[in-house]
Formats: sequence, structure tokens, C-alpha cells
Amino acid sequence: MLEKALRGGRYYWTLIGFLSLAMFVGLLAYLFQMREGLTVTGLSRDVPWGFYIAQFTFLVGVAASAVMVVLPYYLHNHKSFGRLTVLGEFLAIAACGMCMLFVFVDMGQPMRVLNVMLYPTFNSLMFWDFLVLSGYLLLNVVISQVTFGAERKGVPPPRWIKPVIVLSIPWAVSIHTVTAFLYSGLEARAFWMTAILAPRFLASAFASGPSLLIILCLIVRRFTKFDPGKDAIRTLSQIVTYALVINVFFVAVELFTGLYSRIPEHVEHFEYLFFGLEGKHALVPWMWTSQLLTFAALIVLLIPKLRKNEKILLVTCFAVISSIWIEKGLGMVITGFIPSPLGSVTEYWPTPPELLISLGIYAFGALVLTVLYKIATSVREEIELG
Amino acid sequence: MYDGRKILLGLVIFLIAVTFPFWFSWVNDKSGFVPEPKLPEGEENCVESAEYMKALHMDLLNQWRNAVVRDGRRVYVSSSGNRYEISLTGTCLGCHSNKAEFCDQCHDYVGANPFCWDCHIDTSASRGEGK
Amino acid sequence: MDESKRGFLKIAGCSVLGVLGAAGMRTATDVGPGGKAVESSTTLNGKKWGMVVDSQRCLEKEGCTACIEACHRIHNVPSIADPKEEVKWVWKEPFEHSFPTQAHQYTKASLNEKPVLVFCNHCENPPCVRVCPTQATWKREEDGIVMMDQHRCIGCRYCMVACPYGSRSFNWQDPRNALQGGINPEYPTRTKGVVEKCNFCAERLAKGQEPACVEACRKSAGAGALLFGDLEDPESEVSKLLSERYSIQRKPGLGTKPQVYYLV
Repeated sequence: MLEKALRGGRYYWTLIGFLSLAMFVGLLAYLFQMREGLTVTGLSRDVPWGFYIAQFTFLVGVAASAVMVVLPYYLHNHKSFGRLTVLGEFLAIAACGMCMLFVFVDMGQPMRVLNVMLYPTFNSLMFWDFLVLSGYLLLNVVISQVTFGAERKGVPPPRWIKPVIVLSIPWAVSIHTVTAFLYSGLEARAFWMTAILAPRFLASAFASGPSLLIILCLIVRRFTKFDPGKDAIRTLSQIVTYALVINVFFVAVELFTGLYSRIPEHVEHFEYLFFGLEGKHALVPWMWTSQLLTFAALIVLLIPKLRKNEKILLVTCFAVISSIWIEKGLGMVITGFIPSPLGSVTEYWPTPPELLISLGIYAFGALVLTVLYKIATSVREEIELG
Repeated sequence: MYDGRKILLGLVIFLIAVTFPFWFSWVNDKSGFVPEPKLPEGEENCVESAEYMKALHMDLLNQWRNAVVRDGRRVYVSSSGNRYEISLTGTCLGCHSNKAEFCDQCHDYVGANPFCWDCHIDTSASRGEGK
Repeated sequence: MDESKRGFLKIAGCSVLGVLGAAGMRTATDVGPGGKAVESSTTLNGKKWGMVVDSQRCLEKEGCTACIEACHRIHNVPSIADPKEEVKWVWKEPFEHSFPTQAHQYTKASLNEKPVLVFCNHCENPPCVRVCPTQATWKREEDGIVMMDQHRCIGCRYCMVACPYGSRSFNWQDPRNALQGGINPEYPTRTKGVVEKCNFCAERLAKGQEPACVEACRKSAGAGALLFGDLEDPESEVSKLLSERYSIQRKPGLGTKPQVYYLV
């Protein structure tokens, strides 16, 4: 099937070239980080995790959200998603790859990273995260390969794949739950010490992931002859609406518990996030932007007439992704460290090398996605045009 | 659609690339180079036999490392019954006092790049003897 | 001062007996072509090492940094000026930061700023050990020291995220760049990209020596504010002090059970 990725038009090759260039720049920045050490990042003893791990967290959500097309199609026989599942699975594959790279570039001793497998440690959530994420990647590769291959040949997929697909559904939930458990079981960090963290992660993932999928569907329709279908996009937008409402509710629940109890070590983090502490407020404008985007998106999504307009929906999906990216990819991780357990307020902001490396990884993900979608759309065109 | 010429050209480039290490050292007249690690004078025996050390010193060092760090066992009783303190800088470099003339000789030759010295102290270098 | 010396000798004596008693039980590690790795006969053995900081005595000599200097010199701890990248095994932290739950709004301002000596607490229930994905940090069963294996650490910093006491430092840069003052060849440095922390001087205990900070504190005139010993041994000086005087731990509410105690 890979040969489909080797024939493409000018737009395709321009995109591939551009992404390869971004990856190359990221690689150079990473080599610089390898030589100098993580001192080239904005991280510090008070804020030991930052942009990389936050991107990882956000992307685990994107990967997990494939379940939102797989579940309706395979468990509820929601026919209009039939054309979408492979796009969801391919998105999950690209996101998983980016997750792994983001963890990798965060390591101080990347050469030793396989020690995680060499000395399996069942009490470490990071070990489990490594395990479930690799498993999820494998599941999606196998499932998409088998079902899509069968579709291409015009035969029904083999029966053994059905239980594997069903397994991938709880597995998707598990990857984001384990990722939330990375944070929520730490007595040192009151900000994450909340039972709602895993549900919140899932809700925000199921809002941002399908939003991204809607955007991708619209792009695919614009540039290829393959149409995922109006109906599918409409259902996806309903999923985004439900998930976003639930996410807002979860955030409100968390804010209530934290703020009404007034336990200082809970309140301080929120204070830093929304108002700043000791005159330090790097995240404040971002967080308010995020709130604004969430509520604007919520209003649009809740009005069916607006939601059904695909132009408005496209903009709204961008708003949803941006607001959740700020929430998870900036606020959630960094704020857990501010103030530190010893009460000091050390701020963090990613440095240019850090951003370039991240850009390289996103370009890698986009490249994988482009190639996979190219294959998917070419094969579909082939089937449909005869 | 047989691109015979392209395939041949590709094969030639491939062969040149694969044999690069051989002809490169041949051109540079290094093909006959043999490393000569300098052994300490006046010392007869290492902690184990020379054959063992030549072939498997890295295994011994890894086991030493684990014994000290993980098990807190800091004394090595060799197969001949002698006792040594397990210490790379203290015991090994105690005899093989010049890392550049001993360790590096073979390691450089085979391109082995152990990360021991990122942390452990090369006392010969601090004495100004090493490179 | 004499008393602490005597106590220390007592520990040493008991430990030697302990070694003899336990020698039959301990198995040696098989190493190499028929060799064995065994414990050094000089090793001080305790069942649960602990530290007692006499805060009052520590404050007597203002600006004293004898323990910090000794520890950092012996262990090749780099002195990095940028507080964001500092590496420290033992240091002074203002009272309101080291004991945030003890300080209240009417605490004397001068007390809030009083420096308290802090290091790794060698917790009985260490969060860092719980989260480490490679067992590069683990709790030694025989004596309770939370150890660090610099060879195995992948530099993920999860332990730093999990430690409620800020006791762990990461090498953001090559530490040798900041060791211009000289390197102690007896102890390795670290490389960039690994985490480090106080190890209760496991390497000195193996030679029958007490921790460097304790020794430095006792030698420094008028001090003796740091006491080290076996908390399981009711005759040890630390056990006696803890049973006789009022002491506190850092953040006891978290259930980590620190093995560093502060007399107040």
C-alpha cells in the first residue's frame, strides 16, 4: 500500500518537503540539546517537567480520541462512521509516535531509555504508560492494516480482528487514564491530587481529538476526491459538543472543591494560573484566552444551526483545540510545580531550542499523518472510481 | 520498464558505501595498525588472568559496578583468593596508571566509547599524564 | 561532644558484632570467573539509619556551613550559581519553607527566616522510589538508605516531581564544568542528565566512617548539631534523644515517614 504515498501532486510534495525541513531543524536543535544537556531548556529544579511532557499529555488525548469513531461504528453500528474509522486510527498512530518522541527528548540520558523495559517496575506509572502506549500503537497499526487491507481487496475483514478492535476501545481509555495517574498519585503535588484528573483528561481529549478529526476531514474533502460524508462530520460535532460540556462541568467541579475548601496549597496553584503569584503571571493571559475560547465554542456548538454550518464549525474546532491545548499543553503540567513544595515561585517558559525540537516532533507527526492519509484517500478514490 | 542502468548505478554506489571502512583505512595506510596497550611495569598479575581480562573485563566491571552500587559489596575476592577493593579509579587505575596508554589504545581502535569516565575520575589526566 | 563520640563508637562496636553475626546469612555475589564480591569487614551496619538535627545547636554558630562544604567537597557536588540549575545534597532552607505547616501568621518574622538544615529524608515510604521507572533509585532493605544508581538513571526526573521535599537535583549541564575548584578522586562526579541526592554517605559507612556532614559538624568548634545512628537500636544516641526530647519531621501528614528528625 505504501506505493500510494510515492505518487502525488505538487501540493503533496510541497507539504512533504516543508515537513521534512521542519523535522531537520528539530533534529539539529535536538543535537544541540544532546551536546549541552537539558540546560538549553527553560526547565529548572523547581519546574523539572515542562513543554515536552505537556505536549505528550495533550497528544495522548488525541491518540485516545480515535475511540470516538471506533466505538460508534463497531459497537453501535453507526454506518456513517465506516469511512472515518481508518482516519481516526491513522491519527492515533501519528499521535502515538509524537507522544513517544516527546517523552524521548525529555530524557536526560536518552541512550538508556530502554532501561524501562530492561528493569520492569510495576509500581511506576511511567512503566505502565510506556507499556499501554506501545500496545495502543501496535493495536492501531494492526487494526488499520487488516481492516483497510480487506476493504481495498473488497472482502470483509477476517473475523479475528473484531475482538482486537473491541479490545482497542478500553485500551484507548486506559492510555489516558494511566497518563493522568502519572500526575494524580503524587503527595508532593496538591494541584494534581484530584480524582477528577483522569475523567477530565478523557473529556478534554474527546473534545479536542474529534475536533482535529473534523478539521482533517474537511481538508481531505477539499483536496481529494474522497468525502468522509456530511453525516459523519455532523455526528462528530455532536460528540465534540457533549465532551466539551462535560469537560467544562469537570473543571467547575474541580474549581469548587479546590476553592471552596480554601486549603492554601490547593488555592495557590489556581491563583497562579488565573491571577499570578508574587507578581509572576506568565500563564495568566493564556488561561483567560483559553476560557474565552471554550465559552465561545460552547455557545456555537450548543446552537444546532451554527454547528451545522461547516465554515463556522471549522473555526469552532480550531477554538476547541486551542483552548484545550492551552489547558493541557501549557497550564496543567507547569502549574503543578508553581509554587514548589517548598513554597518558592519559579516560573517556566519554553526556550527557542525547546520550541524548535517540539516543532520538529509535530512535523514528524504531520508527516506520518500526511503519508497515511494520502494512502487512505488514494485507495478510497481507486475503489470508488472503479 | 526495466531501469537497468539506474539499478546498476545504485548497486555500485551501495557497494562503495558498504566497503567504505576498508578502502578508507587502506588508502590512509592504516590497515596494518595494531593497538599496543602499555602494561604496568613491575606488576605480574591483574585481578584475574590476562586472557579473561582481555576478553571479558567489561563484564567484570559491570558486575563490580552492580556489586558495589546495588548490593553494597565493595571487596572482590578473586578466583585465586586475593582480595581487592572494588574501585575503577582506585584499583584499576592504581596499576594501569595511564588511561591514554592503556584503555584508550584498544577502545579508540575498535571505536568503543564506554561512558565510565564521564563520572569516574581519570587520575592520570589530572596528573597531566593523560591526553 | 564526648558523648556523641562515645555513642558513635558504640554504634561501630555493635555493628562489627552485627557483621559477624550476619556473616553466615549473607550470600556473596558471584562475579567474574569464579570470584566473589563480599561486604567490606569495616562496614558499619545499622538496621535503619536516621539523622537527628538539633536545630538550636545548629543555629548557635551563625553562618556555619561546615557540613555543607564537607559534603559537597567529598561528593564532588558542583557549585552552580544559577538557582534554577543548582545541585545540592545538603543545604539551608528558611523555616517557613522547610516546615510550611509549622509556620503560622503570628510566627516571629525572625523565626520564619531562620535557616534549617535539609537533606534527603530517606523516607520509610519514599515517593521517589515508588515512581522511578527503572529502579535507579531504591530503598536499601538492610539499612533503609534511599540509594541512587547513576548508571541506571534515564534522567526522566519523575523522582523530582514526586519528592515533597525538593531533595533531588538534576544535572542540567555537565557538572564537571562547575567543579573547577578541584575534584575529589575518591568519589565519582556525575554526568549531565542524571538525578542525584544525599546518600547518607553509604560509601563512607562501608569504610566504617560516619557521614561527612556529621563528622564536619562535630569537628567544627562548638557544634555537634548533627547526629547519626541506628533508629532500630534503642541504645543508639539518636534513639535516646528521640525518646527523651520533642522532635518534629518535615510534612509528616504525607505519610512518607522521613528518617530525619528535628529537635526543637
